[in-house]
Amino acid sequence: MKELFLAAIVIIIFVVIFQIAKASEYVSILKGEEKAKKQNNRINGYLMVAFLIAGMIGLWYCNKLYYGKTLFPQGSASLEGETIDTQMFITIAICAVIFFLTQILLFWFAFKYQEKDNKKAYFFPHNNKLEIIWTTIPAITLTVLIVFGLKFWFHITGDPPKNAIMVEITGHQFGWDMRYPGEDGIFGKKNFKLYNQPAGNSLAVDFNDPESHDDIRTTEMVLPVNVPVKLVIHAQDVIHDVGLPHFRMKMDAVPGTPTTMWFTPTVTTAKMKEKTGNPEFVYEIVCDQMCGKGHFSMRGVLTVVTLDEYNKWLKQQKPEYWSLFPDKAPSNKPQQNSDSTTTAIAATNIN
Amino acid sequence: MSNVVSIQDSALHHSHEAHESHHHQSFISKYVFSQDHKTIAKQFLITGIIWAVVGAFFSVVFRLQLGFPDSTFPFLENLFGHWAKGGKITPEFYYALVTMHGTILVFFVLTAGLSGTFANFLIPLQIGARDMASPLLNMLSYWFFFAASIVMIVSLFVQTGPASGGWTIYPPLSALGEASVGSVVGMDYWLVSIGLFIISSLLGGLNYVSTILNLRTKGMSMTRMPLTIWGLFFTAILGILSFPVLLSGAVLLLFDRNLGTSFFLSDIIVAGKILPNEGGSPILFQHLFWFLGHPEVYIVILPAMGITSEILAINSRKPIFGYMAMIGSFFAICTLAFLVWAHHMFVTGMNPFLGAVFVLLTLLIAVPSAVKVFNWLTTLWRGNIRFTPAMVAAIGFVSLFISGGLTGIFVGNAALDIALHDTYFIIAHFHLVMGVAAFFGMFAGIYHWFPKMYGREMNNTLAYIHIWVTLIGAYLIFWPMHYTGLAGMPRRYYDYSNWESFKMFGGMNQFISIVVIIVFITQFLFIINFFYSIWRGRRATENPWGATTLEWTTPVNPGHGNWPGEIPEVHRWAYDYSKDGKDFIMQTTPVGEEETKGH
Repeated sequence: MKELFLAAIVIIIFVVIFQIAKASEYVSILKGEEKAKKQNNRINGYLMVAFLIAGMIGLWYCNKLYYGKTLFPQGSASLEGETIDTQMFITIAICAVIFFLTQILLFWFAFKYQEKDNKKAYFFPHNNKLEIIWTTIPAITLTVLIVFGLKFWFHITGDPPKNAIMVEITGHQFGWDMRYPGEDGIFGKKNFKLYNQPAGNSLAVDFNDPESHDDIRTTEMVLPVNVPVKLVIHAQDVIHDVGLPHFRMKMDAVPGTPTTMWFTPTVTTAKMKEKTGNPEFVYEIVCDQMCGKGHFSMRGVLTVVTLDEYNKWLKQQKPEYWSLFPDKAPSNKPQQNSDSTTTAIAATNIN
Repeated sequence: MSNVVSIQDSALHHSHEAHESHHHQSFISKYVFSQDHKTIAKQFLITGIIWAVVGAFFSVVFRLQLGFPDSTFPFLENLFGHWAKGGKITPEFYYALVTMHGTILVFFVLTAGLSGTFANFLIPLQIGARDMASPLLNMLSYWFFFAASIVMIVSLFVQTGPASGGWTIYPPLSALGEASVGSVVGMDYWLVSIGLFIISSLLGGLNYVSTILNLRTKGMSMTRMPLTIWGLFFTAILGILSFPVLLSGAVLLLFDRNLGTSFFLSDIIVAGKILPNEGGSPILFQHLFWFLGHPEVYIVILPAMGITSEILAINSRKPIFGYMAMIGSFFAICTLAFLVWAHHMFVTGMNPFLGAVFVLLTLLIAVPSAVKVFNWLTTLWRGNIRFTPAMVAAIGFVSLFISGGLTGIFVGNAALDIALHDTYFIIAHFHLVMGVAAFFGMFAGIYHWFPKMYGREMNNTLAYIHIWVTLIGAYLIFWPMHYTGLAGMPRRYYDYSNWESFKMFGGMNQFISIVVIIVFITQFLFIINFFYSIWRGRRATENPWGATTLEWTTPVNPGHGNWPGEIPEVHRWAYDYSKDGKDFIMQTTPVGEEETKGH
């Protein structure tokens, strides 16, 4: 009922506008075409300036409303993100100048040079000097932006510092799984053909690889502050993307092609809660590549803690190997034939 | 569809009355399988308008979900059945709508509807030809587009729904029915439809290029052509060289989907099943896709640029400033368009050095774009501007192009793209620069050439209301999205209310959705104006805008063949406005003895 009512109102408004528009045609015939045209021209001329002024006020108001909700006021939560923010501000500053200059000229010219009697347009077909000016100035400006941009780009995509810890993150429809390499600092090999959900091996880890035995699997990502971290990114089914907006980081997760990214968290979750005044604050892991019906719910949580807290947390975690093969866990003491059991399970996995 | 044809029929009936004697044609060969470039242009335009309404309506539906995630709209269930149970669309359907919105608007409206219409309509008229080089291919071009449309429409009605992997249809999502319900059969329809569409586009493009190169009238040298023709010329070249690459990608994807090949698939576990595919690369598809995908955005924008250049000059009563620089920048954009595709893939894990090369080439495009903007501004400078509806739309185009173009400098810079990729910042960027801006180019073109198309004029008041509301609406919709983008809010989310980082934008989303509905309704002012004016508009005069180009030397309702007598000869460029004290000098006017030399 409500919808019908709304539709009726819209249709009535349409009819009214249409009738007015039709009437204006007749009025212009009565008044004289030329006079009506001039009036139209004047109205549109004023609309040009009105649009410019209202637009500028709108920009200011929009900025006032929403700047506080962007990520800038809280700053970047990673060292590398700060360089991106710097680059962002340089670009905003340069683009703002060009934006205001060109938009003001556009609407001001439109208003100022509207048709008037006894006025002739100025025949001005070309001027090479001007063309050269507005070819070279943008070129120089862009060179500056490119140089800064590439410097940051190569830094961010370059090798991580030597002391970086490693965390593996695997995306699947629709969630994230984390893996820590354990004491040896090396991840056990994976082979997608070893995937075996019922047996608990949903990450398709090759447990025949001894390096997998101390790997820790978690559903939450915990990172120490001020220590560089290198993420190794996998996807199981379709392309996902590990997006970390607070750290200004993002990298696709591509099935069959592991990717990496690294960054240095600089603010703990606890500190960010203070900084934003939001006790609910969490660093969220966002999926940034459309991955199916649950794309919007593919949320992960990342917690940044102090190094001490991190070490404590890590000690509490048990390797996945132990929970999948309880007989191997140190608390159960080593048993005989354990190797053959592993092989047997791995073999069933393949099948 | 038969409706459309009959609408055109009766419209054309008017225009052809005066030229019945030209040569006898049956009803079908004249109005349906017509080989007259003007009829084909109108067929493209009206099909494009229908698609635009469908595509825009889809965006209204998904904006309802984004703006009012907690409300239900019972009429949606009446419309969409189980896709909107209880009046709330399902996530699967949301993604189908998003995908179809993008596909329809990019391909069917802004490619076929824009360059299909204006290339067909303007090329023969403005270069002085009786028709296209091959009227038959031209006709086939429309009917392949028609077939593509039918296949796409059918895909909307299959049980598992249309393609829903985004208009970029990245595999594996688009390759595996297990991964997405839209990939069960909807994607096959999508690929077949786009395959047909590409054939249509190639037939059209080859025709446009050969017509422009071979059928110019006497005196019409390349550098005397109006900039519309230059824009359409480069558009056709872009299409010819890039669409086949997408076709190959589409065929390979069809193989992967149906024949068990592994071009784009490797190491996949989906829905608990281990797939046998090994050795393929999903990234390979992205390269193939964007090798078309990026030139595609220029295919969309170049015709709009050409139309705008023409209309700005005519209504400023001044020559376009820097004609040669305009052609040069068209050429530069056209060339660079092929060398920047991977800037869509900065975060796919690509080689950083390769990324750097693409940053350099991408940002280079800003130079010819800046040249164009400054030339347009200088064209307005010291003009004597008439605000026809087309002119207001053209000024709107320049404004939108600046706003959207500048954010390209952000996202083209790889370091910034890491933060901005796939956020609302991208949505704001491309909707302003190639979505709404191209639409404004199209509106400008329709308002300007309507008298030539139908021999009648559109209503000015309705046109002004339509353009101003749409321009203001476009900024209200897309400007705030820059801020959500800078907050890291990802694209293509069905619901943000569970995210601590993004839920504070609920109010803004609601505001945007309301504006979307208003702007959508406003478009019907244009549609009513368009169809009403075809039959009931005021009769047009031969040269209503005082323009110099050849199409305005034809009769008010040109028949097949365009000029009743000889094709006129051209003696000058298209921009002699306000020269030597004359308001304008037609291209057909011989150069006088005392006239100031050259342009």
